[in-house]
Amino acid sequence: MNRVVAGITLRGMLGRRRALLLLVLPATLLAMAIVITALGGAHPWVTAALLQQFGVGTLLPLVALVVTTGVLGTEIDDGSIVFLLSKPVPRPVIVRTKVAIAIGLIALFAAVPVLVAGLVMAGGADGLAAGFGAGALAGAIAYGAIFVLINVLTRHAVVAGLLYALVWESLVGGFVPGARQLSVQQWAASVAGWVSSSSYIHTQVAPMAAVGLLAATTILATVLAGQRLRSLSIAGES
Amino acid sequence: MSTIEVEHASRWYGNVVAVNDVTMEVGPGVTGLLGPNGAGKSTLLHMMSGFLAPSIGTVQVDGRPVWHDHDLYRTIGLVPERDAVYGYLTGWQLALASARLHGLPRPEEAARRALETVELADARDRRIDTYSKGMRQRAKVAAALVHEPEVVLLDEPFNGMDPRQRLHMMDLVRRMGDEGRTVLFSSHILEEVERVAEHIQVIVAGRLAASGDFREIRRLMTDRPHVFTIRSSDDRRLATALIADRSTTGVEVDGDGLRVRASDFTRFTWLVPRVARDLDVGLREVRPADESLESVFSYLVTQ
Repeated sequence: MNRVVAGITLRGMLGRRRALLLLVLPATLLAMAIVITALGGAHPWVTAALLQQFGVGTLLPLVALVVTTGVLGTEIDDGSIVFLLSKPVPRPVIVRTKVAIAIGLIALFAAVPVLVAGLVMAGGADGLAAGFGAGALAGAIAYGAIFVLINVLTRHAVVAGLLYALVWESLVGGFVPGARQLSVQQWAASVAGWVSSSSYIHTQVAPMAAVGLLAATTILATVLAGQRLRSLSIAGES
Repeated sequence: MSTIEVEHASRWYGNVVAVNDVTMEVGPGVTGLLGPNGAGKSTLLHMMSGFLAPSIGTVQVDGRPVWHDHDLYRTIGLVPERDAVYGYLTGWQLALASARLHGLPRPEEAARRALETVELADARDRRIDTYSKGMRQRAKVAAALVHEPEVVLLDEPFNGMDPRQRLHMMDLVRRMGDEGRTVLFSSHILEEVERVAEHIQVIVAGRLAASGDFREIRRLMTDRPHVFTIRSSDDRRLATALIADRSTTGVEVDGDGLRVRASDFTRFTWLVPRVARDLDVGLREVRPADESLESVFSYLVTQ
């Protein structure tokens, strides 16, 4: 971690309209949780379905995409990253710092709202809220690293990230059982099922395997992003 | 005293060669990297600043390859062309962040000194996105100078500046050279290079077209064959008189005037008004036909 890089990154994230966008998505989840509870429909299976499908399945990857684009993608896009890269700071350190900040922000804007929505709907029952909160946190860590890597690899990170989250995880994962083994959402759900005693959490991956895959993916993506940033070229004149 | 050494460096993108077998050495003082847009200046500068690997050849600073060596940024200060800086930071925060990233022992003092050098001390507490183009450029220079680098690379530093800002930046670049730093800046404008640089590297179509002392290259540029378009009250009489002089190598008469090729610029420009006066021919227009920088550059390539 480099404190100066972290400071600049955070300042850039929280001072922009992007912060507003980051508030809209969790606010939607919380509003839905409050409305459902007020209407008396907060049955455990409804709670589990909302937190899994909308919380972990939609909110988490979208927030992760917005955050990682903000912490790195925009800087690479507009060239302001040159300021950091032209300093005697190893580029893997810059990446690790950016990943750490991204994970913190994704946890704040996705995992915490999932936990709060769970508490609103289910209270402490069956550990549903804690389970999905932990699952979303685990997902935040993996998504933070994967999407930072995608931002280093391509200038079209938003499209690539959406394709990964929506097409691979949701669509392909829905039809091809093997793809579910390689899905952050499934790993997050598995962690949720592990922490919670609820029978309404559907998981395809064994908890230990999920934790191992989450850790391995996070480390691998961070290392690859660091290596790739070392070789980041700024294109010359066309 | 630092030296940038480029040896047989080429860089291509797919089938497009951006920089083609360039060898040059840049030492202390101000060197201008001159060339038309798209000539490969930025590519070369990016290779010198470690943001692009040469496809073949080497680019070194003081004998160390620049690519993949982040420690070299202790020696190099880079002012990129793109205007993007962290607009949400103040000038002071940017300079201070730069000093801290360099791990300087007294970052506040270094940041203050750098901002004073670029005369931005009064505006240091304003956000950069409220700065004018020239002020943003100076803020970038302050961030690049905060560690007092031996090598300063500036990519088109005068682009988009108004005349006053331009003079100020030129003065700053000259001062850096006078301090013994190795300063290289790119430009596509001859006059900018003429006013600031002691040495010049001319790059055209990815190749090094000329290199050395500015006055020598200026002479080459002046002595090249020039083509003029002339319109007068009697084009044919004027043509006959001009072709009789040794400074003229060719004359074409067409319906719209004369196209005259002159081998000796100085003599020719002295000759035309005198011949016209002696023949009592009225000159309506004397216009250089090939004064674009591109034509000057393409002439240099053939030398």
